[in-house]
Amino acid sequence: MTIFQPPTTFKPRYENWIGGAWVPPVRGQYFENPTPVTGQVFCEVARGTAEDIELALDAAHAAAPAWGRTAPAARAQVLNKIADRIEANLELLAVAESWENGKPVRETLAADLPLAVDHLRYYAGAIRAQEGGLSQIDEDTVAYHFNEPLGVVGQIIPWNFPLLMAIWKLSPALAAGNTVVLKPAEQTPATILVLMELIADLLPPGVVNVVNGFGVEAGKPLASSSRIRKISFTGETTTGRLIMQYASGNLIPVTLELGGKSPNLFFADVAAEQDAFYDKALEGFAMFALNQGEVCTCPSRALIQAPVYDRLLADGLERVRAMRQGNPLDTDTMVGAQASNDQLEKILSYIDIGQAEGAKVLAGGERVDLGGDLSGGYYVAPTVFEGDNSMRIFQEEIFGPVLAVTRFEDFEDGIAIANDTLYGLGAGVWSRDGSNAYRAGRAIQAGRVWTNCYHAYPAHAAFGGYKNSGFGRETHQMALQHYQQTKNLLVSYAPKAQGFF
Amino acid sequence: MPPLTPVSQVAVTPAAAELLRELTADHGPLMFHQSGGCCDGSAPMCFPAGEFLTSDSDVLVGELAVPGLAPIAVWMGREQFAYWSHTHLTIDVVPGRGSGFSLESPTGRRFLTRSRLLTDEEAAALGPR
Repeated sequence: MTIFQPPTTFKPRYENWIGGAWVPPVRGQYFENPTPVTGQVFCEVARGTAEDIELALDAAHAAAPAWGRTAPAARAQVLNKIADRIEANLELLAVAESWENGKPVRETLAADLPLAVDHLRYYAGAIRAQEGGLSQIDEDTVAYHFNEPLGVVGQIIPWNFPLLMAIWKLSPALAAGNTVVLKPAEQTPATILVLMELIADLLPPGVVNVVNGFGVEAGKPLASSSRIRKISFTGETTTGRLIMQYASGNLIPVTLELGGKSPNLFFADVAAEQDAFYDKALEGFAMFALNQGEVCTCPSRALIQAPVYDRLLADGLERVRAMRQGNPLDTDTMVGAQASNDQLEKILSYIDIGQAEGAKVLAGGERVDLGGDLSGGYYVAPTVFEGDNSMRIFQEEIFGPVLAVTRFEDFEDGIAIANDTLYGLGAGVWSRDGSNAYRAGRAIQAGRVWTNCYHAYPAHAAFGGYKNSGFGRETHQMALQHYQQTKNLLVSYAPKAQGFF
Repeated sequence: MPPLTPVSQVAVTPAAAELLRELTADHGPLMFHQSGGCCDGSAPMCFPAGEFLTSDSDVLVGELAVPGLAPIAVWMGREQFAYWSHTHLTIDVVPGRGSGFSLESPTGRRFLTRSRLLTDEEAAALGPR
């Protein structure tokens, strides 16, 4: 067991990161950044506005031509060096991320940061391996297809995995030869700046620019700017629609990842034996509490087949009761703090409506006071509801450690309940019968179906949504195409005129 | 027999009404669109009226009556409303910091939707939509 001290990594005040240097916000305003661990403010961050976005766009545009012409091998080398730098500072960044977001440091040490390192290395490899194409039209005519960067792109990052989501979006954009203006979430504005400072010598000035601020003041000017060639956003549906609306004004492409209400199906054969597989499945049941449920793919609906419903639910609840909630900087802590006070309040409001709709609380259901300095933090007990899929707690993304459990009778019933949702980002299927699991996975309308596993996020497996969960894919080489445009050179090698004139 | 006062599916707390008055002073007439999905999903998003383009894919859930202000429309995606239609929504405000482009986030306060079940009488008066 290790308990890290509150990090001293952070500076008391952060300006914007533009053109490879700290640039004070034009209007001179800053906002306070509290840690959800204790609720205390630990730094101030620039409250950027449209003027700062313009400065960042100036820097990005100045850097774009040279960066876009840089050899793929050279860009790959930059990504690899960033990965090495993160790896060399992994503990520092993991503790900082935990402090800013409230997530347990065991997760940042074992998942967020190692994954960030690996995704960078993946795209470093992917861009070097990417091929253009050529099509022979006829004997003397060839169509060459080149992958060219878009130029300057905008990226709006969510607060649930501040560093990892930034790397998910930056890696393909930079590999493909774009320059970026990045707007972090206002709940988690600082860790990405710690990273930018760490890697300042590795990136040419202006290739990555970070402007902090509130959505309406900094995010909107970025998303609606006519000076970006693409916008990528992870967040919720209303803002997603608004970003598409702004993008339509500029006729630029959008990729959106908008969350879900992911089903986690447990077929009866899972409980056929009390073995390692059953233990693994029970961990899968408990995965709703990973990152305090603040994951777009949180398996927040557990669907259990009727014959084993009582037993699997009882064993799952035992796993939930064994979760250790506490100081996020303690490596033994499994469940930390929600990222913000409004997030905490929203979760509690859902616990209210769940009970009003007649769902039964089987575990948790309340705010937790951990005492001492942690009393000011935002902690919710891992909560399990039993109810019906038509209830709002089964339909809306609570983004907290809240699980809604119901039963299904047969395959068709299970798939119907799983698909009775507006969203389709993630899903889980648990079965000892490979054919059954395969058929279920193909029948579920979701972009990622974890099969006999959950919450794994390796590079080289595509991540993205069906239905209202958005479109576009990340964490796979196909994401490169979201940051590229196709240049076709249609070349004639024929010696004679075409004969029209 | 129909009720004497019109039944509304939405309401606003005094604290939220006060914030709406402040935001109106800065931004003019307002609207809400109830979000879904991840991060700040399931939160009510407040925009200048007309900023968010609604369409046939949205439902006007109701209008907030704030003394001194024009009625504030509360919209929701039609498919989402299918799952929310049996509940009454009260726009409240809490300390916090939402993402998204909602107007109040720079104030350090965040609108929050509180829900309760509609009574049978309310549901009958509202009818199907």
